Amino acid sequence: MTHLLTMARLLLCNLEHIISLPGLYMSVKQTLVVIGNGMVGQHFLSSLVESTIKEHYEIITFCEEPRAAYDRVHLSAFFTGTTAAELSLVEDGFFDRHGITLHLGDKAASIDRATKTVTSAKGLTIAYDKLVLATGSYPFVPPVPGHDRAQCLVYRTIEDLEAIAAAAKTGKIGTVVGGGLLGLEAAKALMDLGLETHVVEFAPRLMAVQLDDAGGAMLRRKIENLGVIVHTGKNTSIITDGESCINKMCFADGEELETDIVLFSAGIRPRDDIARACGLEVGQRGGIVIDNQCRTSDENIYAIGECALWNGMIYGLVAPGYTMARTVVADLAGNDASFTGADMSTKLKLMGVDVASIGDAHAKTQGAMVYTYQNGASEIYKRLVVSQDKKQLLGAVLVGEASGYSTLLQYCLNGIELPENPDALILPHRSDESVGLGPDALPASAQICSCYDVTKGAICSAIEGGCMTMSALKAETKAATGCGGCSALLKSVLDSELAKQGFEVNTDICEHFAYTRQDLHNLIRVEQIKTFSDLLHKHGKGHGCEICKPTVGNILASQWNEHILEKDHLGLQDTNDTFLANMQKDGTYSVVPRITGGEISPDMLIALGQVGKKYNLYTKITGGQRVDLFGARVDQLPHIWKELIDAGFESGHAYGKSLRTVKSCVGSTWCRYGVDDSVGLAIELENRYKGLRSPHKIKFAVSGCTRECAEAQGKDVGVIATENGWNLYVCGNGGMKPRHADLFATGLDKETLIKYIDRFLSFYVRTADRLQRTSVWMENMEGGLDYLKSVVLEDKLGLCDQLEQQMQYVIDTYQCEWKNAIADEAKLKRFRHFINSDRPDDNVIFVEERGQIRPADENERKHFKLVEVA
Amino acid sequence: MAQWIDVCSVDDLQPDSGVCALVEGAQVAIFWMPETEAKVYAVGNYDPFGNANVLSRGLIGDIGGQPVVASPLYKQHYNLQTGVCLEDESVKIPVYAIRIDNGSVQVDLSSLPQDREPAL
Repeated sequence: MTHLLTMARLLLCNLEHIISLPGLYMSVKQTLVVIGNGMVGQHFLSSLVESTIKEHYEIITFCEEPRAAYDRVHLSAFFTGTTAAELSLVEDGFFDRHGITLHLGDKAASIDRATKTVTSAKGLTIAYDKLVLATGSYPFVPPVPGHDRAQCLVYRTIEDLEAIAAAAKTGKIGTVVGGGLLGLEAAKALMDLGLETHVVEFAPRLMAVQLDDAGGAMLRRKIENLGVIVHTGKNTSIITDGESCINKMCFADGEELETDIVLFSAGIRPRDDIARACGLEVGQRGGIVIDNQCRTSDENIYAIGECALWNGMIYGLVAPGYTMARTVVADLAGNDASFTGADMSTKLKLMGVDVASIGDAHAKTQGAMVYTYQNGASEIYKRLVVSQDKKQLLGAVLVGEASGYSTLLQYCLNGIELPENPDALILPHRSDESVGLGPDALPASAQICSCYDVTKGAICSAIEGGCMTMSALKAETKAATGCGGCSALLKSVLDSELAKQGFEVNTDICEHFAYTRQDLHNLIRVEQIKTFSDLLHKHGKGHGCEICKPTVGNILASQWNEHILEKDHLGLQDTNDTFLANMQKDGTYSVVPRITGGEISPDMLIALGQVGKKYNLYTKITGGQRVDLFGARVDQLPHIWKELIDAGFESGHAYGKSLRTVKSCVGSTWCRYGVDDSVGLAIELENRYKGLRSPHKIKFAVSGCTRECAEAQGKDVGVIATENGWNLYVCGNGGMKPRHADLFATGLDKETLIKYIDRFLSFYVRTADRLQRTSVWMENMEGGLDYLKSVVLEDKLGLCDQLEQQMQYVIDTYQCEWKNAIADEAKLKRFRHFINSDRPDDNVIFVEERGQIRPADENERKHFKLVEVA
Repeated sequence: MAQWIDVCSVDDLQPDSGVCALVEGAQVAIFWMPETEAKVYAVGNYDPFGNANVLSRGLIGDIGGQPVVASPLYKQHYNLQTGVCLEDESVKIPVYAIRIDNGSVQVDLSSLPQDREPAL
């Protein structure tokens, strides 16, 4: 008894304690100021709001630029059509939702550590308890005389890019100073702008930090083949008036180069001026000195990202900055976390050339041994640096072919013992033997995703927790959602773990066919199979089921396009297809005639209304800009359709896995802002692809300007008019898991646009799984969006002719399924509830609500029954 | 004792698909699989999960060797020989004796429930 009382008292105490806590926190809410809203500053904020300690702070951030954080890593995409909005790293409403005050376009000008205040350029003074400096870096401009002349520019912000684009309009020649990572990225931007492009590098080779001489030479050869003129070992002494161009660069060796634009990309310098001015410790060559918790010499001030100097190092990559950001969040929360340096290995595509560098690329380690593989014909260079005992990988260089990067990086980072002949890792394998490092060889601590610091251990526990698909795994762990470079490795970890847990990764469609949908599609196409029974006899067993029958029916329809109610196909169709209408909960159907592009004349609308009225159908406007008529009995369907067809309507295919609607805004015909005729294009696209059977439903939209009123970026295929032509977006969807579409191609004329959509849809129909929307199809594709682009835009598989022909066949053989059906007695036989009676189904009972019918609920049915019996 | 009555002609049936017949007030779903041994099956048309008369409009086939119909509403499978639901064995739909005799489809009246009311 005493014991119980004590327990109760204890509980009571705990309760009081818990209750008092929120009040306590409220009264001591501290102010956290973040200076800088670049990639690292924003990563800090998004990590912070995911942590419980965000409740303890009033958060205020200064952003000097006119827009909040955006993706600087992919900045050059700005020149190929990606907009500033698309580069944004900030979700809509992020600051409001989390109660963060953002001072946009206001620079933090000074810090007073004595009063613990920050004062901005606009004169705002804010007291802080904790301060985080994420001021980033600025491009280093060598102090060459003439460096500040007209058209001498830098490459870091969107404003810089706008200045470059403006300069490129009048100039013909552009020169990048600096042949490192950023310099080559900038050179690509100049190429994209159509300039004759030069790269001037002080060192004797390109990417001097990451590559050895031979690797640098191979990279130079490849880049010169792309049309860039490379000058190495050049020291610029002065920039002065040009003769044929605006500027002339004079080099120490006496040579000269005429150029309109000079673009400095010769490295970065930390922005430490604000820290310097308030007396924080800075390094000799710049950088705010931080410890392992990212604290500066003032315990209330942290520094993260490119402005910070850790152990004498400035990290010019985004991943270490992200790690620092997370370290500060952990430190604020009182958790143990340290930043202990970062791996500087990099892999990237420079102007389409794969380049990677891992660890000790220059073999500086005592006793290091080197293997090299050089293929002049294919322009591939690979170098391995291994320890003296040949057991450990110390570093590597890959140019021209970097598919082995993930494997090599894992060997290097995890100290995994090398195979007996390490050169096998870089020699081309000409047999089936695999020299890759299987996922099982990796320790749990191995980092799989460097963008979000996700280890193999974290991935395995997510899989154990029920993430069985790539998309579930990505959503849960964020792995492969940054640069995406680790997605192949992630997939192999997933497959291996599922296999270990006893899940047979069975891709058979069902027990009747040991094939995937894609296999079945190939069999049907290649062997010219026209019926389900033929396919079943040749390649299946049993009698089929509700999985394989509709799937095969769907493939047959998209390949041969015969009417789905023909005798051989009728038994394959789901009920919606069988009755060319959508079954509702009470067994009645809804009817949706096609209203192309959402355009309908008053007469047609009246005709539609009259049919609805005559058959007493519940009428509702759909999200796809058409009209749905509910409550039609099976025996009424042919009569309803006869009237609709006589009025000029045709089937809307709302019942099929097929093209549904092409939504449109009103476009340039009426809208003050419209750039092009979105309704006209929507109607043309809808008429082109109507009737196409596909693995799942497909939705389109066309917007007449970038205001995007048709919501095209939420569709499988979205088209947006711009001044330069149509922009094509693909693989978006709404529904349970909405996905923003990806920009696929820009500035297209109508002919090219249609060609790309033809190929895209045909490829989807041919290769997707059953009931797989375009988004999931693309995300599960190895290589993702880039691969899809290479197939559709560059014809990597040499399939485009076939894909276009198949689409043309489907278009040429289109028929309105309802028009055909009502003219064919045999097909109408099914359209009655009883085969031996004209009575309707007495289980269908409607009541009235808001002036229209709806199915009676359970209670109403009981009542109805009583009334009838009485 | 079996009491066979004519319901319809075999020409009224749809190969590898179903139709619904009204037999003495009961809604009977009739499935014809011409290539199987039994050829024809009859079960109740009422779907106890969806509470609607729709089973004749479901897809038919076989699962693990059992002939089945899948409800068009929520996709439960019913064994066409026993009426048992594969997903929930406590649920069973009526099964009727049926045969094709000289081109005529016949149901055994004695296999219908005794005190029948029009199915709701």
